[in-house]
Amino acid sequence: MQTILSIAIDALAYGMVLFVISIGLSVTMGLMRVVNLAHGAFAMIGGYIASYAARDLGLAYGFAVIIAVVGTILIAIPIERLLYRRIYGAPELTQVLMTIGITFCVIGIANYVFGPTLKTIPVPAELQQSVSLGFRTIAAHRLFAIACGLAVALGLWFLIERTAFGVKLRATVDNAAMAAALGVKTKIVYAASFAVAVGLAAFGGVVGAELLPVEPYYALRYMVTFLVVVSVGGAGSIPGALAACLLLGGIDTTGRYLMPEFGEFFFYLAVIAIVCLFPRGLAGRAK
Amino acid sequence: MSAVFEVRNLKRSFGGLAVTNDVSISMAPGDRVALIGPNGAGKTTFVNLVTGNLKPSAGQVLLGGEDVTGLNSTQRVRRGLVRSFQVTRLFPEMTPEEHVALAILQREGRSGRMFGSHRAMADVGEETAAILSTLGLSSLADNRVREIAYGQQRLLELALALALKPKVLLLDEPAAGVPQSDTGLIEKALADLPADLAVLMIEHDMDLVFRFARRVIVLAAGEIIFDGLPSDATRDTRVRQAYLGSYADARSLA
Amino acid sequence: MTVPTSKDSASSATSDRRVRLRPDVIGVLVIAAAAIAGYLLFPNNLALLTRITAIALLVLSLDLVTGYCGVATLGHAALFGAGAYGAGIVAVHFGMTDPFAMLGFGIIAGALAGLVSGVVVLRAHGLPQLVLSIAIVHLAHEVANKASGWTGGSDGLAGITPDAVFGLYQFDLWGRTAYVFGIVLLILVFVVLRQIVRSPFGMLCRGIRQDPLRVQALGASVNGTLVKMYVISGAVAGAGGALNAISTQVVGLDSLSFTLSAEALVMLVLGGTGSLYGALIGTLTFMWFEDVVSAANPFHWLTIVGALLIAVVLFAPKGLYGTIAAWFAGRKRRSA
Repeated sequence: MQTILSIAIDALAYGMVLFVISIGLSVTMGLMRVVNLAHGAFAMIGGYIASYAARDLGLAYGFAVIIAVVGTILIAIPIERLLYRRIYGAPELTQVLMTIGITFCVIGIANYVFGPTLKTIPVPAELQQSVSLGFRTIAAHRLFAIACGLAVALGLWFLIERTAFGVKLRATVDNAAMAAALGVKTKIVYAASFAVAVGLAAFGGVVGAELLPVEPYYALRYMVTFLVVVSVGGAGSIPGALAACLLLGGIDTTGRYLMPEFGEFFFYLAVIAIVCLFPRGLAGRAK
Repeated sequence: MSAVFEVRNLKRSFGGLAVTNDVSISMAPGDRVALIGPNGAGKTTFVNLVTGNLKPSAGQVLLGGEDVTGLNSTQRVRRGLVRSFQVTRLFPEMTPEEHVALAILQREGRSGRMFGSHRAMADVGEETAAILSTLGLSSLADNRVREIAYGQQRLLELALALALKPKVLLLDEPAAGVPQSDTGLIEKALADLPADLAVLMIEHDMDLVFRFARRVIVLAAGEIIFDGLPSDATRDTRVRQAYLGSYADARSLA
Repeated sequence: MTVPTSKDSASSATSDRRVRLRPDVIGVLVIAAAAIAGYLLFPNNLALLTRITAIALLVLSLDLVTGYCGVATLGHAALFGAGAYGAGIVAVHFGMTDPFAMLGFGIIAGALAGLVSGVVVLRAHGLPQLVLSIAIVHLAHEVANKASGWTGGSDGLAGITPDAVFGLYQFDLWGRTAYVFGIVLLILVFVVLRQIVRSPFGMLCRGIRQDPLRVQALGASVNGTLVKMYVISGAVAGAGGALNAISTQVVGLDSLSFTLSAEALVMLVLGGTGSLYGALIGTLTFMWFEDVVSAANPFHWLTIVGALLIAVVLFAPKGLYGTIAAWFAGRKRRSA
């Protein structure tokens, strides 16, 4: 029983980190129909900036998080302008090639600038202590990660369901041409969503750095994981993405606990099984 | 004559709404039937039920007396039920010659051959040339399809259907989108279809329907409301009502 | 219905065939000439040239499903790795060290891997399809890593000692035998694939890439055809893997990696999809480039690959071969 609860709490923390990072990918894929393999690269950039700000400049953790999010968005804007705009509506293979090219470049540059070693992001003392949950103690930063995941989910839900921007976003996801005809400035919706997506990726990269350590191959290592979340959850669906993150987090964590020698074998097996059973995702809509 | 194509009590509902309701049609070889009906009558659903792209809630589709209701669309094509598309579906990077040759090879079960180009198969070449010339496409045989005019693409759709040697041909608005100057070509091609072929044409253009069809079936709200001679269709009160609605009532009252 | 073939059309068909065979003959001669030039110019680098040949088989194999059928995959190394481990395992564990037997088993293993990945990958479309292909190569990697008794795990499968070819030509230290073996294999595969892509089956595959619904309306099975192509593709990739196992005498986990899958796709796109020449030119250019750049500055290799990819997408979406071919076609049209 204790093991099950332990697995559950770790799976929850892992799943929430996955959610924070991949939800932006899910929304932009649902919105712009771009197969974006470079999403993890933005999470990684966020992690590097936060690490530099907190460790090398000695800034407070909260500041580091904000600088990471803003900095990553600033880096992403020219990339979106110059590169992504060329591939909206392009064939899938073109999108794959462009975004994998961006990923490779980011990895190479990160490797050159920061070196191949792991980068830590020092967390404040409050998050370093352990919290007793009765059946076990847990590092406070995991609880923090879970809280961040919940906050992001709630915040996004509010943004999409309760604000004017959300109405425009949903209309554009449903039918971009119709939304444009009704006077929605879809270009602005796209740009804003892209910025939010990248910002969330960076936020997740920082908050989840204890679980997904920041190093140059981060963008490639977790590329599949993020894509899987979107394709299992169904592009553009927040509940789908949340369900997929918890499910995949559960499978991955359980595998690591019970059969660590099998590595990620069961994770990928589960991915294949789930995608084969739900080729359109758990919450996917027919196209 | 025995029926080559039959639909018995076909039904399909989407969440309680019957879009096709108890439709029965029987066609003999050589029939020229037009299926018409106002927008939303359920023509598209009916086509999809017949081709096998949709599963019916109840009823049967028979081809040459054989029940094909359980078969998927490709199996139905192989048994002689061929369709054309309302919006052309062709291979933009391939030539008309390749299109027709591919259809012939597919019909003969030779499309899986991995050695030897179709150009080395003399019989395929001759039949391809014959079909293209029937439809007046010979001069375009080696152009890429994306480079030829839309009217000629529609003719190529017909050529593909002919190359498959169907028993039943389902034409989904064969003249849709064709410029006025080219509709004559399509009509001529339709007039030249093999005499023993059963043709079911879905069409909006009433001039074309009257010139082509010897029998008209009118579908309204998922049900057949008329099945008979074209000349009787326009006089039928239910047909007038379906198309003209209350306006017709007002006129008949007046 | 077949019309009895008249003498006239029969002879025109043969002459037609002769005209169409000419590019194949030229293709074979060009490959052979390039191979001989490589042998004479880089006698100390035959191992690299053999590696290029093996990877060229992988890229050709990828071209069959991506270029000709339009299936985007980032997991094609699974087929290459299956061939490499297939050939290596029969040699190390079953003592079958004849190079042709190893090649045969590599081809079979690759074809089986192609069958399995084809059936799985074709279950979905779009992003889920891509995810499936990536998951397959990762899964294969994990399996090979775990089954270390058979595969040597992360240390690699060593101790592969192929016999002499025909009992006469030992695999020598300089890699001459392996190089000739590889080039002959490449030429044979090239000739067979030229036949396949021009055959009715190849035409059907091109049709599927352009409009699968139309192919269905012709009465052909889309997934059946694609799975067949996947098996052929697997056999070709397996041959490449086996060649790599025979020539390097070791099989490592990197032959089943995502990186190799992605690099193969980069090479294909660099050369130009949907053309066997494109696949060959792409492989040669990329591998040569990699050798030069990584010798000069290994740190920047990945950055350069990324930049190269972006540049190809932006400026030469048809790839090197496609762009050159289009340029020549344009010139011909203008001068005509």
